[in-house]
This record gives sequence, structure tokens and C-alpha cells, in this order.
Amino acid sequence: MSQETATAEGGFWSDSGKTGIGSWIFSTDHKRIGLMYLYCVLSFFMVGVLLGVLIRLELIAPGPTIVTAQTYNALFTVHGVVMIFLFIIPGIPASFGNLVLPIQLGARDVAFPRVNLFSWWLYVIGAVIVLVSLFTGGGAPDTGWTFYVPFSARTTTNVSLAVFGVFILGFSSILTGINFVTTIHRMRAPGMNWTRIPLFTWSLYATAWVQILATPIIAITLLLVVTERILGLGLFDPSRGGDPIMFQHMFWIYSHPAVYIMILPGMGVISDIIPVFSRKPIFGYKMIAFSSLAIAAAGSAVWGHHMYTSGMSDLGVMVFSFLTFLVAIPSAIKVFNWVSTMYKGSISLEAPMLFALSFILLFSIGGLSGLILGAASTDIHVHDTHFVVGHFHYVMFGGTGFAFFAAAHYWLPKYFGRRYEEKPAIIGWVLMFIGFNVLYFTMQVLGMEGMPRRYYDYLPEFARLNLVATVGSWIMVAGILIVLWNLWRGLLKGEPFTGNPWGGATLEWSIPTPPPTENFEEDPVVTHGPYDFKGAGVP
Amino acid sequence: MSHLEKDTFGAKLGMWLFLFTEILLFGGVFILYSVYLTRYPREFGLGGKQLDLVYGATNTVVLLTSSLFAAMSVTAIKRGAKKVTLGLLGGTIGCALIFLFIKYLEWSAKFHHGIYPNSPKLIAGPPGESVFFGLYYLTTGLHGIHVIIGSVLMAWTAVMVQREVLHAGDNVTLENVTLYWHLVDLVWIFIFPLYYLIL
Repeated sequence: MSQETATAEGGFWSDSGKTGIGSWIFSTDHKRIGLMYLYCVLSFFMVGVLLGVLIRLELIAPGPTIVTAQTYNALFTVHGVVMIFLFIIPGIPASFGNLVLPIQLGARDVAFPRVNLFSWWLYVIGAVIVLVSLFTGGGAPDTGWTFYVPFSARTTTNVSLAVFGVFILGFSSILTGINFVTTIHRMRAPGMNWTRIPLFTWSLYATAWVQILATPIIAITLLLVVTERILGLGLFDPSRGGDPIMFQHMFWIYSHPAVYIMILPGMGVISDIIPVFSRKPIFGYKMIAFSSLAIAAAGSAVWGHHMYTSGMSDLGVMVFSFLTFLVAIPSAIKVFNWVSTMYKGSISLEAPMLFALSFILLFSIGGLSGLILGAASTDIHVHDTHFVVGHFHYVMFGGTGFAFFAAAHYWLPKYFGRRYEEKPAIIGWVLMFIGFNVLYFTMQVLGMEGMPRRYYDYLPEFARLNLVATVGSWIMVAGILIVLWNLWRGLLKGEPFTGNPWGGATLEWSIPTPPPTENFEEDPVVTHGPYDFKGAGVP
Repeated sequence: MSHLEKDTFGAKLGMWLFLFTEILLFGGVFILYSVYLTRYPREFGLGGKQLDLVYGATNTVVLLTSSLFAAMSVTAIKRGAKKVTLGLLGGTIGCALIFLFIKYLEWSAKFHHGIYPNSPKLIAGPPGESVFFGLYYLTTGLHGIHVIIGSVLMAWTAVMVQREVLHAGDNVTLENVTLYWHLVDLVWIFIFPLYYLIL
């Protein structure tokens, strides 16, 4: 951390006059907190990537390859826990949300700066507890990230501690959500009415509501797993009158909406980047903003589609299937509006735009394969296969992951005052894109052919495609490493980045680079919309 | 909204959002209650009759009184009556401690009869009974933890009132803590009939 403070200069990096680690870990400045989140989530992202590579390496050939079956179970569990709770959920909202949201609203900070810092601390504490759980007690959890009972109540691995860590992480997520909702309601600059809020901030608004309303359910559910293990209440134990299916319901009441905590901010990033790099106002601003809320609302009522094969009435299956299909409508509205924005635009294919474009394609593939899973008849065939794994990686990584990198290339130069080199960014993107499709499209084919997920071993006829997928993972990781290395080097030592080179019309492009601690010297008065490039006076 | 003035409305908005999350947290427990009640109505009925109505009713009165004190403390601080505020906060915390003590008596009596999580008696009994008492301990335990957290928050605000950090002009923290306290009270208002009265 001290290295960055040594190289990046000006604005909030130095104008408070405070230096040293204390000026970061006890700072209530939303930009510093955002960067600290960024460093943390990126570190955990690399841990998750490493675990993912190991999973693929184990599956390169049938039979035992590099690890034992028990280690393999721990690998996919920890990969899931780290990627979901430590990377994707806080990824865009807590890091880029903190960096960008207050400035986009014309505010000097979030509504509760100290709560914001507290929420970062909770994140760190939760993460440490999760990490400690891997190496203590009965060893790393082996339940899968879903912690399904009855296995999670009985396994001798260190599930209790890991689950408790996730409980704390949930607290952090709730506090960020409360902070953002209050900030958006109370801290908007004069003239920043609801139809002038940039779409990234709009998406964070919808996300924050899901964080507030859904996270408590996972909190109580995880608490129940812990009490089940420690006190033996027997609430999910069939021999004592409990019902394990109730766990699945309560788990997915949170965890499906949580999918939208992950993807909505990504969609917001894309909605901000596409118009800037198309030199055209966004098409259908109100519909995109509204569709975020619609996704958040409809997505809260579809959890049952995870349980078609768990024992549910036919009526329940039909209702959940119907509701699941409803979510496709606001999602499609967004995709069509992005494409319409580009129509007849003056498109410039720079790194943020390339990531944004690949987001649209990969998210569409992921979304459409989601419909195959949402339809009960086809789901019975591909349930719990690699098709599911391929599907959610298309949405989560192809969607949110690529949006995360789009946001990094779009906004980070603004905060560091230096920029990355374009060429390595594009090479890295090409490798990521190719490797991604080789890896996850192959998984979907494997799933269609019947290869189950989470299995240590497989039949010889799946060998060739598994080899292809593993090679794809190497190509993708090479791309990720190039992209991260290029960002790291560029932001610390690259060419100076000043002004508004991309011509953004949102407020963050109207202030000095890097932004000063107070963001705005005088409270801004907003006179134009977020994508009104003429009104903002950018060419 | 300028950054210089304190946004009390915003502070209360944030607290209300937090209270939503608490309601949803307890909502999970109530969902389990409703599902298992429909599955084991007979065992729930028998279990409910074993709970001590006197303890439960006394605790309801104690908690309602504490909420009254908390509400009065907000009025008192707005009038600038520091000593009255402190006295009322002390009364709130006192009621909370009485509540916890009665809960302790009630739980000990149950333990004495061999009814506690994972006890041999519950394991040997019908499945619905085990579920009922599992839920009873879970719900009242979770609520008890909230009573403890609320008392600690009350004590913390009392210190701030004593040091005059909170006063007639700036008391939104006290108001927020009492909001939290009313929620703890409100949850009990649902627990009491569900476990002691209707079964």
C-alpha cells in the first residue's frame, strides 16, 4: 500500500497531508475505502483464480491427477466461497461503487462515512475468519459454497467457522447497501434529479435494496447451520422432525437475489461506458434505470428454480419457472438498449469498450442458457451438470468479471492520475475472451452430454472435452495476468492521465484528476443529464 | 444537501433501513415456525402448553414498560432535561436486565425438566416436539441476544448524554437507539402470542 502512495500523487492521495498506513485503514474518505476494497477483492480474485486453475488441472484427465478427492471437494468449495463472498458480491459495488457513486451524485462523501469504514473492517474481519477456517479445525470446508444440510451439519471439516465468517461478510454487505440507499436519497447535488442520476449509480441503487432485503435471510440461515452443528437443534434434521428442504428454500431466498447483487452493478458499468465510447446519448435511459429495479424485484421471487429436482409441487415448479422467465424481459431490455445506443454511433474500440462489448455477448449467452435451466423440462436433463457450471460462469465471470475489468480500465486512471498502455490491455482482453469461451462453452457441451458437476472423476468419453476446457483455463489466466500486470504497472508508473480524454459527461469527469479529498471545491449544480455530451461541453 | 449540516433525517432513514434487515432476520425464524406449525400442529399445541404463561406475560409487561421509558427519554432530552433522560435510560436498562433474569429463570426451569437442545428427552420424544423446542430456544435466544445488544447501546448513549455529546439540539443517536429498542420490543410482541398464547 505504501508503494502506491509513493507513486500516485495529487488529489486525495496527498492533499489531506496524512501519510502512512493509518491514513488508509482508518480513513473515512470514500475514495480511499474504495481503493482498499479494490486491493482486497483483487487479491481474493487471484486466490480464487488459482483454486479454479487447480480444479481444472485435476479434471484434465479421468481418475486422480494432482489431488485427493477430499482436497478436490475443498478446492471447489473454497473457490466458490472466495469468488462469491469475497470477490463478486463486494467486487463492483464496494470498490467502484465507493470510488464513483458519491462523485456521480455531486456529493462529498457517502451519507455515513464512519459506517462505510466499519463495513470495510467487517469485510476484512470476515475474510480473515474465512481464511482461518481453511487451515484450522477439521480442515477446509468440503460442502460446496451452498453449505447444504444435512451434509454441512455433519461433516467434520471446519464449516462452523467458515459460515460464521460469511455471516460477518453479510453484515458488511448490508451496511454498504444502507449507506448507498441513504446517500442516493439524501446527498444528491442541486439539480441532480432522479432522471439525471448516472445509470451506474441507478444500478447500485437497485443492488443496495437487494443487499438490504435479502442478506438478512442468509444471515439467519447460516446462523441456523451453526446452531445445528453446535447445539444440535435438529431443525433441519429429518430424524428429529426437521426438513432439509427448508434450508434450501431459505438459502436460495437470499442466494438467488444475490445473483443480482453480483450482476446489476456490472450492467450499470456497461450502461455508463457504452454511450461514452459510442459518442451518443444512451438509448432508453428511463427503461434501463427502471429495468434495474424490475430485475431486483422479479429476481427476488424466483429462488425455487434451484430446487426443481429437490421435491416441489408441480404447481410450484410452474410458478417459479414462469417468474424466472419474467426476469429475462428487463434483462433483454438492457441488452437491446445498449445495442441501440451503438447504432450509428461513432464507436471507438478502446479497452473499456472492448470489455463492455464482450460483456454484452457473454452475458447474452449466459442469460439464454439460464432460460434452458429455468424451463423445468430441460432443467431436469441438465440439473447439477457442468452445463450449470458453464451457465453461471458465463453470467458471473463473463458478465460481472468482464464488467469489473471494464470499470477498472475506465475509472482507475481517473483515480491514479496515470494510465495503462492500450496494446497489452487489448492483447490481454483477446486472450481472456478466447480462453473464457474455450473453457466455459466446452463446459456447457460437457453438461449437455451428461457430465455431473462437483465430481472428482468422470467417464473416459468426457476426457477430450475436459482437456480442451483445461487448456482454455490456461489461455484465460494468461490474459488475466497480462491485464492485471498492465493495469498495475500503468497506474503506478504510466503516462499521466488528465482531464476527460474519453469525453464522459457524468460528474466524475468534471473534477480534477486525481479527485481532491473533498471531491468538489463548491457544491456542484447539475444542469444536464448524465449522457448529455453537448450539455456537458465535451466534444 | 450541504456537507456541513448534520442530516438527521438521513440518519433516521439509515436506521429504518437497518430495522428492515432485523425484521427480515427474524422473518426467517417465523417462516420456519409457520411451516412446522402446519406440519406438527398437535406437538406444537402440547409444547406451547408446557411454556410458563406467568413468566411470559410478566416479561411482556416488563419489556413494554422499558419501551415506554425509552420513548419518554427522547421527549426528555428534547426538552433539555439531562437528569430525567439519564434516569429514564437507566429505567430502560433496568427493565432489560429484569427481562433477561426472568428469561434465565424460565430457561433454567425447562433445563431442569430435561428440555434443552439435543437433550435425551427431546431426542426420545416425538419429532414435532423437538422441532417446537428447537424453535423456541432459537427464537427466544436470538431475541435475548438483541435485548443484550440493545442494553449495551442504551448504556453507550447514556454515557454520551452524561458527557453532553447528545443534548437538546443533537439527539438523533438517542432517537435511533430507541427505535432499535422498540423493534426488540415489537419482535417480542409477536413471539409472546405465537409461543405462549395461541397454542
